[in-house]
Amino acid sequence: MAEKNEYVKSVVKKEYEYGFTTDVHTEIIDKGLNEDVVRLISAKKGEPDWLLQFRLEAYRYWITQQQPSWAHVTLPPIDYQAISYYADPTARKKDGEQKEIDPELMKTFDKLGIPLEERLALSGTAVDAVMDSVSVKTTFKEKLSEKGIIFCSISEAVREYPELVRQYLGTVVPYRDNYFAALNSAVFSDGSFVYIPKNTRCPMELSTYFRINAMNTGQFERTLIVCDEGSYVSYLEGCTAPMRDENQLHAAIVEIVVLDNAEVKYSTVQNWYPGDSEGRGGVLNLVTKRGHLRGVNSKLSWTQVETGSAITWKYPSCVLSGDGSQAEFYSVAVTNNHQEADTGTKMIHIGKNTKSTIISKGISAGRSQNSYRGLVRVTKNADGARNYSSCDSLLLGNQCGAHTFPYMDVQNNTATVEHEATTSKINEDQLFYCNQRGISTEEAVGLIVNGYAKDVLNKLPMEFAVEAQKLLSVSLEGTVG
Amino acid sequence: MKSEQQYIELYNEVNQLIKQKSCEPMNAVRDAAFQVFRAQGFPTQKLERYKYTDVPTAFAPNYGISLNSAAINPSQYIYSISAAPIDIRPYYNKIADAADSITALNTALVHDGILVYVPKNENSDVPIQIDNHLSGNISTMLNRRLLIVLEQGAQATVIINDKGGVHPDDISFLTTQVVEVFCQPNSHLDLYEVEETDKSCSRFSNVYIRAERDSSVRHNSITLTNGLTRNLCDAYLVGENAQLTLNGCVIGSESQHIDNNTLIRHCAPQCQSDQLYKYVLDGHSVGAFAGKILVDKDAQKTTSQETNANLCASPTARMYSQPMLEIYADDVKCNHGSTVGVMDEAALFYMRQRGIPEAEARMLLKNAFMGGVIDQIPLRSLRDRLYVKIEKRFLGEYEKCEACRLCK
Repeated sequence: MAEKNEYVKSVVKKEYEYGFTTDVHTEIIDKGLNEDVVRLISAKKGEPDWLLQFRLEAYRYWITQQQPSWAHVTLPPIDYQAISYYADPTARKKDGEQKEIDPELMKTFDKLGIPLEERLALSGTAVDAVMDSVSVKTTFKEKLSEKGIIFCSISEAVREYPELVRQYLGTVVPYRDNYFAALNSAVFSDGSFVYIPKNTRCPMELSTYFRINAMNTGQFERTLIVCDEGSYVSYLEGCTAPMRDENQLHAAIVEIVVLDNAEVKYSTVQNWYPGDSEGRGGVLNLVTKRGHLRGVNSKLSWTQVETGSAITWKYPSCVLSGDGSQAEFYSVAVTNNHQEADTGTKMIHIGKNTKSTIISKGISAGRSQNSYRGLVRVTKNADGARNYSSCDSLLLGNQCGAHTFPYMDVQNNTATVEHEATTSKINEDQLFYCNQRGISTEEAVGLIVNGYAKDVLNKLPMEFAVEAQKLLSVSLEGTVG
Repeated sequence: MKSEQQYIELYNEVNQLIKQKSCEPMNAVRDAAFQVFRAQGFPTQKLERYKYTDVPTAFAPNYGISLNSAAINPSQYIYSISAAPIDIRPYYNKIADAADSITALNTALVHDGILVYVPKNENSDVPIQIDNHLSGNISTMLNRRLLIVLEQGAQATVIINDKGGVHPDDISFLTTQVVEVFCQPNSHLDLYEVEETDKSCSRFSNVYIRAERDSSVRHNSITLTNGLTRNLCDAYLVGENAQLTLNGCVIGSESQHIDNNTLIRHCAPQCQSDQLYKYVLDGHSVGAFAGKILVDKDAQKTTSQETNANLCASPTARMYSQPMLEIYADDVKCNHGSTVGVMDEAALFYMRQRGIPEAEARMLLKNAFMGGVIDQIPLRSLRDRLYVKIEKRFLGEYEKCEACRLCK
């Protein structure tokens, strides 16, 4: 027993692996948010007037709105004037033009396992590395451009491909969509822009790595992915942040446009700093992610592994407008200590013969609260729509909570919508079986949880799946005993 | 605040009269309830639990208020609240949600109610039936109040039957109903609500159940014909090993609107709850089901099952389904499932192959679908009656029942 306690203690004390900070000169604008700040961000990025106007409209809308409170989380009050909305770690003290990346930054990303030099990188993955408000480097850009694929930071895209960006930006998530989308639209900084031309299969996985480093800032990235007719892309997203006692705000928007016969696979391993065991600090992850399946027979798949963040408020959604389009949502959300997650999806069926699948696995431990919230809507003309949702929750410990809030709204009599959910704890028989065979309880729980989440983990690209599995066991260590 | 205003004025006008006709325990909570209603007004659709029903519009027409008392056949266990054989103060308005505007309005306006009281270890062998006939020449609002108290080891079966009557076309009726059920240890209650009104009737029913140790409660809510119906049922399992069954079936056609909203709160360990709601929607009817199972931190070893199955039989019918779980204990087994779908084409084909006309095949399938709920009714006479009624309903030859044993 004593030994077990030792182990549990050591694990409880285990620090968040990515909690270090990078000492790099960062240009941070003054705290606060007003129209001048919006203009300043826009000016720093050298944006055209239409984008500035878009930001200003969003800002003016945002100030008329109130922060929503319907989610099953206790969101601490956010002082939007105490946050700096732009932090640039690549800015040198005086000289304007910058050629090389600060070695400190290189080191940081190396430490995170994201080498920015192409020769070191895992072959088959192109990376856009974003720290605070700025994209540090995008690898394999040239190689991709040979095929006509555009993969760069969104600021660069605004400069280089303004017509493309203007055509799609804000069409999937308009700035009036919700409070945080309006905030993001007003102050968004770097994120990635991906354009896959017609009939192209992207030869490598594209990935963006987000890192918050500077203090008292928030990250407001914006990602836009456009997959043209008959193309395919797999996109990965990873994120970490240093350990700080204050909450950090992360309000992102991801927009995906899928045209005729195209396919997009979007995978996330979210590992923002979850706060300490007492619930101090951690990232407030309030994001809007949505894909619009505009084309016939288009396909979009969201896969997410959520282990980090103090508060997660995230609903990667799909609007299935194209006839015969298919959408999938696979999610594993793990909460421990004082984390709170309210996550799920929306599937809006508009086109005929559309199909969607939702598989959500929630795991709660410690004193955490884990909720699934999802909407399946079948509109009048969505003949033959089909949805299957399955939401399972696993409870580890008697202080935590697991909740399911599905909404179904069916307006078409040819639709078939199914939903099922279960909540239970780990089966004693399974644990006993493992114990009997010499597997410690801790390990057995790890095995069972991994098996439980397998449906989702299988959907992740290889490298991510390994990382996610590791993360899952780390996040849950110390929960048994 | 438009819809509310007429009720506020009405109360100010008639509250003295109501108080005269009523009794002390009911008057004691009247003014406070009215203040709640005045402060809140009617719930809007922005409120999560009223998302699917437009309450202010339903209450907007100018209704007269009925101050007639229920006619009670002398029977052993049924009384009017004003002539209660027990002190009702520990029960009256104790578990009803004081913050709910419709409950508050009912508490403010109701002048008398019905008490079903079964003393310790007694068993009311004959089902107690409460009929509510809606007919008349003026649009009327009825406020109904029911208090069911089963003492330790008591048993009872209560049937509440809402029926429409003959009335001119431009006349409409609105009923608010608040039912409070107290099941003391080891008692057993079967509560059935059968609604067979017509499209001019709106019904707002709030049922509150408190089940103590080893008690079992079965609540069936059956909506055959109606105008607008909103049934809320909050059940609290406060003692160990309490059992609850909440079943419902709904047949919707034309412009019927049926909204069932339930909350089952497991406050004590080792309780069990089962829930099954089935809807068949035709025409441009709207169905809504929102059921929440809330398991408290201490309610270990809870088993709970929630099922909602729906059949949309016309292109314009609309169904909202929202089965929710909110769980704070770890040693539980909770499931919910919900489906919205169409009739099984293979089954239809099979029957047509064997010479059954399509319309009849569809009717048979719908009947079988509803059977899932009706089969569970232990009271045989009611079960048989409902089968006949449901079949007639699906055949479109539904009439106000003639020679029905239940309604006579």
